[in-house]
Amino acid sequence: MGNTAAAKKTAIVQAPGIDQATRLKLYRVMYECRVLEQRAYDLFMQNLVKGTSHLALGQEAVAAGFGTAMRSDDYTFCTYRGHNHTYVRGVTMTSILGELMGRECGLLRGKGGSMHLTSVEHGAMGSYAIIGAHLPVAAGAAWSAQYKGTGQVSVCFFGDGTTNIGAFHEALNFAVIWNLPVVFVCENNLYMEYTPIDEVTAVKNPAADRAGAYGLASIVIDGNDADVVYEAACAALDKARRGDGPSLIEAHTYRHGGHSRADPGKYRPDEELQAWLARDPIPMYRKRLIDLDVSEAEIEAIESETDAVIDQATEEARNSPPPPVDIAHIDVWADGSATWRN
Amino acid sequence: MAQLTYREAVRDGIAQEMRRDEDVVFLGEDVAAAGGVFKTTVGLLEEFGPDRVRDTPISEQAIIGAAMGASMTGLRPIAEIMFSDFFAVCWDLVANQIAKTRYMTDGQCSFPLVLRSANGGGSRFGAQHSQSVENWAMAIPGLKVVAPSTPADVKGLLAASVRDPDPVMFFEQKSLYAVKGDVPDGEHVEPLGVARVVRDGDDVTIAALAAMVPRALKAADTLADEHGISAEVIDIRSLVPLDTQTLFDSVSRTGRLVTVEENPRLCGWGAELSSIVAEELFWDLEGPIMRVTTPHIPLPSADALEDAVLPSAERIVDNVIRLVD
Repeated sequence: MGNTAAAKKTAIVQAPGIDQATRLKLYRVMYECRVLEQRAYDLFMQNLVKGTSHLALGQEAVAAGFGTAMRSDDYTFCTYRGHNHTYVRGVTMTSILGELMGRECGLLRGKGGSMHLTSVEHGAMGSYAIIGAHLPVAAGAAWSAQYKGTGQVSVCFFGDGTTNIGAFHEALNFAVIWNLPVVFVCENNLYMEYTPIDEVTAVKNPAADRAGAYGLASIVIDGNDADVVYEAACAALDKARRGDGPSLIEAHTYRHGGHSRADPGKYRPDEELQAWLARDPIPMYRKRLIDLDVSEAEIEAIESETDAVIDQATEEARNSPPPPVDIAHIDVWADGSATWRN
Repeated sequence: MAQLTYREAVRDGIAQEMRRDEDVVFLGEDVAAAGGVFKTTVGLLEEFGPDRVRDTPISEQAIIGAAMGASMTGLRPIAEIMFSDFFAVCWDLVANQIAKTRYMTDGQCSFPLVLRSANGGGSRFGAQHSQSVENWAMAIPGLKVVAPSTPADVKGLLAASVRDPDPVMFFEQKSLYAVKGDVPDGEHVEPLGVARVVRDGDDVTIAALAAMVPRALKAADTLADEHGISAEVIDIRSLVPLDTQTLFDSVSRTGRLVTVEENPRLCGWGAELSSIVAEELFWDLEGPIMRVTTPHIPLPSADALEDAVLPSAERIVDNVIRLVD
């Protein structure tokens, strides 16, 4: 009882302004991301997903927190570890699984694959698979919003490894001097691919400790706490929309698996892994909901609904045919063609 | 008709399009207050203001990335990369992001942007500020590649590039900036993907681009005056889209093709033209296709050295004589 009271107090202190509907949404979105990524993993194991894939199991709170806080016309730019960030903008599970499986129902009809999920109609402006490239692109979309006065904000997700590539630094400086409405979100999951980020970085917090170099506040948040992420997202989005320029947020989190399909993640100390698994954002948040008097039945309803949706999406994707081969030869150019000569 | 320099035509082309369309914006290093290091953009800041004509830091990835992000969300940016050699520091954005993203997203987005740059040699700047890199761009699916040889084409092709719904790499040959030529009055737009026969001839077709066009014309004069050889000169103007029909029409009459390329030898654009003509027009040929190129070397700086390696009118003449004889 004492523990429950303490947890309640903590939650309320951390997120005084979050109403119950928002909390239920945060839980639902995180849970949806979890089952989607878990299903992607299962489909790999069945060899139904080819190529590679980079799962964000364990990092759901960041995508869910931002996705819930963003306006529907805001822009998302994310990385190859971008299934969750794309999904939270409103893309269907069927189209994501279909894309991973190379099916006609896929979001990009199999022309992009796992690392390039994009849905412009949902503001998901692309998943970029070469480290750092999308930071200046996100700044460019923010420039467009600023120029047209639309109030849109561009949100750019990337990993800790990105902080050591030049485009990160170019984009931050550029966004600050042009006062662009962009939020840069570093998901620090402690590893750049296979290497601990602190072994290859001059500062402890790879993003936040560099913020000062660009005149930005140093912001580190608990990326496994959806309430914390949501509040940080709201603050940064509001700041950008007010015309007060960019933010850089470093969210500490952890991926439960390896870097990619090929990586079992054996380089991680077991006690580290266990400590982070104990801070899994989803059971943690579920407990908070219970502590806040949400009924078990209500939570279970969210879970069972989602379980049904992922099963149906899996079936739809499995039953979808491969894309017609002729689409390999279209859409290089805006007229739909691939013609380069007369 | 007005007499403008190639440099003034750049400014006029940008200004024409910025007056026409408020979504056209312009960014680059030293382009606004300073008017460009080659003085190609003088007066644009004064006319269009600091929201549309913007100086950037020395951050080529940020410049190209910002242009990409702006173009996919409703603007039509023109970005300047000061020297085309500098594309090497932002080539990921050009070759992997801008060029591929429309295709990878099943056609969800378009990138109506222009990447302008001062390209090529002849200015004694040495190997890192003189390369002719249009063949880099030509090798990337998803990029249109334009390289004008005259002030009129600078304005007209630049206007068409701005209006084009796809990314266009616009290579200005820096040694031509001071060249004067007639430019039509009023709005001037030249379609992309149309080569131009700039001199009629019967014995040989010389295909050239940018600064090689005036050299090919000079060679054609010499061939006619001193050797009785009638050379047809084609300004390719646009590598992508490529106007093969104009080339075929010419080569099928002359039976001979010489390409004149400023880019270094290996995988230069002339190799692609040669392969197309060899595959599709082989039986019309009366001799081998010849390529006149810069040798496969970085460019040297000293005037004597640079002049010795860039294709010259004399070298073109020598090659044509060998071919026709």
